[in-house]
Amino acid sequence: MELILSIAIGVLAGSGVWLLLRPRTYQVIIGLSLISYSVNLFIFSMGRLRSNAPPVLAGQTGNIADYADPVPQALVLTAIVIGFATTALFLVVLLASRGLTGTDHVDGREQQ
Amino acid sequence: MDLLRPPHIPNQQRLRLMNDDVLLTVLIVLPFAGSLLAATFLPNARNSEAWLAGGVAFACLALTFIAYPAIVEHGALRAQFDWMPQLGLSFTLRMDGFAWMFATLISGIGLLVVFYARYYMSSEDPVPRFFSFFLAFMGAMLGVVISGNLILLVFFWELTSIFSFLLIGYWHHTAGARDGARMALTVTGIGGLALLVGVLVIGHIVGSYDLDAVLASGDKIRSSELYLPALILILLGALTKSAQFPFHFWLPNAMAAPTPVSAYLHSATMVKAGIFLLARLWPVLAGTPEWFWLVGLAGMSSLLLGAYFAIFQHDLKGLLAYSTISHLGLITMLLSLGSPLGAVAAIFHMMNHATFKASLFMAAGIIDHETGTRDMRKLDGLFRYMPVTATLAMVASAAMAGVPLLNGFLSKEMFFAEAIETHALSVLDTAAPYVAVLASAFAVTYSIRLVHSVFFGPKPTDLPRKPHEPPFWMLFPMLFLVVACLIVGTVPGRTIGPYLRVAVESVLGPRTPQYSLSVWHGFNLPLAMSAIALVAGTLLYLALRKYLQTCPEGPPVFRLIEGRRIFERILVTISWKWARFVESYLSTRRLQPQLRLIVLAAFLAALLPLYIGGFGLGVVEVSAVDPILALVWLVGAGCAVAAAYQAKYHRFAALILLGGAGLATCITFVWLSAPDLALTQLLVEIVTTVLLLLGLRWLPKRIEETDAEIGVTWKMRLRRQNDFVVAVLVGIGIAALSFTVMTQPLSETIASFFLERAYTEGGGRNVVNVILVDFRGFDTLGEITVLAIVALSVFALLRRFRPAPESVDSPEQQRIQNELDEADPDRKPGDTVSDYLFVPAVIMQWAFPVIIVLALYLFLRGHDLPGGGFVAGIAMAAAFILQYMAAGTKLVENRLRILPVSWIGLGLLTAVSTGMGSWLFGYPFLTTHSQYLELPYIGKVPAASALLFDLGVFTLVVGATVLMLIALAHQSVRSLRAARASTQQQDGA
Repeated sequence: MELILSIAIGVLAGSGVWLLLRPRTYQVIIGLSLISYSVNLFIFSMGRLRSNAPPVLAGQTGNIADYADPVPQALVLTAIVIGFATTALFLVVLLASRGLTGTDHVDGREQQ
Repeated sequence: MDLLRPPHIPNQQRLRLMNDDVLLTVLIVLPFAGSLLAATFLPNARNSEAWLAGGVAFACLALTFIAYPAIVEHGALRAQFDWMPQLGLSFTLRMDGFAWMFATLISGIGLLVVFYARYYMSSEDPVPRFFSFFLAFMGAMLGVVISGNLILLVFFWELTSIFSFLLIGYWHHTAGARDGARMALTVTGIGGLALLVGVLVIGHIVGSYDLDAVLASGDKIRSSELYLPALILILLGALTKSAQFPFHFWLPNAMAAPTPVSAYLHSATMVKAGIFLLARLWPVLAGTPEWFWLVGLAGMSSLLLGAYFAIFQHDLKGLLAYSTISHLGLITMLLSLGSPLGAVAAIFHMMNHATFKASLFMAAGIIDHETGTRDMRKLDGLFRYMPVTATLAMVASAAMAGVPLLNGFLSKEMFFAEAIETHALSVLDTAAPYVAVLASAFAVTYSIRLVHSVFFGPKPTDLPRKPHEPPFWMLFPMLFLVVACLIVGTVPGRTIGPYLRVAVESVLGPRTPQYSLSVWHGFNLPLAMSAIALVAGTLLYLALRKYLQTCPEGPPVFRLIEGRRIFERILVTISWKWARFVESYLSTRRLQPQLRLIVLAAFLAALLPLYIGGFGLGVVEVSAVDPILALVWLVGAGCAVAAAYQAKYHRFAALILLGGAGLATCITFVWLSAPDLALTQLLVEIVTTVLLLLGLRWLPKRIEETDAEIGVTWKMRLRRQNDFVVAVLVGIGIAALSFTVMTQPLSETIASFFLERAYTEGGGRNVVNVILVDFRGFDTLGEITVLAIVALSVFALLRRFRPAPESVDSPEQQRIQNELDEADPDRKPGDTVSDYLFVPAVIMQWAFPVIIVLALYLFLRGHDLPGGGFVAGIAMAAAFILQYMAAGTKLVENRLRILPVSWIGLGLLTAVSTGMGSWLFGYPFLTTHSQYLELPYIGKVPAASALLFDLGVFTLVVGATVLMLIALAHQSVRSLRAARASTQQQDGA
């Protein structure tokens, strides 16, 4: 299981980085989204992988042996929402840049 | 032990009108308070501004006089307030005789300049700005002289630079004012920084920044090996401030300031700050060969060159500026000698110069004001129009030239007496008397030139205005100062004597020498030197008279090497040429190389700990591979790679593939016990896809075949290969890293803390939600604030959105559909698209209430089960955007009131006020209270105050998400409307 998730994180990050280095703004925005999946999964996996043990208490208190780690989950939850916001901001910036410069190249002008 | 510190006298013996603390504090606070008040007046309130500024200056003057008896009796007044005592920095004010003399000059001349400025400033000038800066400068200058702590002194020193900058640039519509202000700030500002470092070095040597402590450790400082660096740094500060050679060039350029500013800052006070500091630190720094050479050379060159340059200025204020440089050079040279008598002469000349030079600047201002020009070639014979001004200016010029029976003569005699004295056998000392006589002769020449060319001769011909006497109160300040010159010059011992002695004693302490202030010392060498200078200067003027009427501005030969031009060339070289050079080699404006570097840096940063700590696979046994999850990720990874491959030419496909990878992530969260994350991921996935879909329309077409014709250069190929290697490296690296971490045993984490307390203290069973809204509520508040800011930025950016011209028209598909509709007589445009989506549209519209209920459900159960404000908010936003998609923008907005900006505000307000609510009960911000309520029919309901906070989160997330989506969705309506309006305009034309 750990192996699968590690490979998944690696593939997502690799594809994301490839796109991040491309010259078109749309490629970069897709790349950033892929990287954010990868990073979210990475942070999440810091709490180690557990099945069937959501951090929803059954009794009054819980023991870490019986539940998944809630801390990385809380971190990732807000990261997902903020990630959406930054994608939106970046999208608007790239649209504005395309409108102003007439190109979708990341430098605002086609390369010579 | 401590000879310089006056003996401590018990309080009851003191006869005081006011406590030391109160007096000094009021003295320093009053000008700044006045400055703030002055800034609030109406732009044309010249009279009330003058009353205010005059009142403040008068009050400061009165305070200094109140302080005088105590200073005579006890040496110095002190007030101390702790500022940062750990760093040895305290707000110490200390007024001894020397500071008193300066404080009197600052407030007294300040008062006179206020009178003068009231008449000088025209009704069009925005006077609140002038008087506000003026008063603030006065406060800063008072701060410099009465600081009892060296760091505090530097602080006020920098303030004087800043206010001088603002005052020189007062008429900022003229280029001269802007350039002059910038140059003054650059030169004095750099000097100020050097001074700060110098002061820090001194503080390091002495172990304290307190002025008393520093003044008591002269031997320690002079014998320290850090003495020379400290001296050079402090001299850089002092010499730049006092416009001494080779930093003199900013002062003539500062003459673009209004004349009251020149009279006040650039003759009487601010430029004196440099020599004030030299005199202040004279007891500890002076007397070494280094001091003698550095200070002496600067002083002597300024004295001689300033006087020489002054002769060849055509601008009245330019002449006075160079003369100021020369006189300050005289004072600097006197201080360089290291002899107590020299210091006495220096202090005396500081006062004398302030009086006659301020009055001369006022005269220059009056002449400029009444005739419209300051050019001495145009001015002529003004005596017949303004006899009073002319008489006063002549007396002041005579004082400047050092004519007997005026104050300038007295200090110049002392200077000559010191110049012929031998202090150290060196070239400089031998040359001193000759240089002194020569510079004095030059002073006589330019003084005569000023008087003769302006007030005598034929009637002026081409003056912009017809000259006449100014109003009495504009003349009054000048009259007062000139009378002071006369009185001090004739009966010095009885008038200035006692005050001078107090000032001198506070600097020299027990080294105060015997000196005589009488006018007549008999026939001696200094008198002969004065006589030679007077005669030679007059002869020189007669010889140069014709030449001066026609020559270009500036002294012969020297006018070719202008300080200003050198300064500008240096600035351009540093800030433009070198910067460009460095940028061209070390930087790029292209994003891709920068990103590549960032990625590589991150890669190496992650590799470093592995390299240091060693890379070892984990010890924990890995869990068994689940074939279904493996399959999910086979698809997910395939989607990610395919998205990477397709994002250039097939954006829509890439978007769907991105969603595939997102879904795989989502399933992983469910699989691995993170239901909250899975829910959030799923909903965010939906809104992200909608968002990107909305954006696709504005991107340029990119067709594979067209690009293929252009071909792929080897450069592009190489870049792609490099990027591919980087991407693969990063992928393998992060995979290895995650695998290593995941197979390490989990040490003790803070998770147990939350699991134990989530229910007992937070009142919720869903630990993730309790962490978000309760334990780490402050973080969440920060996060939703960021969300709100981002949403508003998106909104603001889109309000001024200009699409590319080729994207303005309707998309191709819409055009084809509309053409089809138009061709068919039974159909209206838009029918095809609505028919096509008819069933989904109806379902989406009907789903609206259902999704709202779902959102509320997710929200309410969030504290105990997966759900919460974030998820519910996004679900709610999805409900709105579905309506837009189903019914179109216009229809939705006719039926629903959608006010996302207000929702954002409301959400933030709810969250913050819930947090502040805990203050009412005496708890810190965002403390939550939890309990359960028994409601009829519904049963037990959690009613923690965290729920209210979560409501804030919910409202804000709805507002922010809806705002971003709608703002983007609106663009197609807006730009179509704009495009139509512009075509109609063209048709109309």
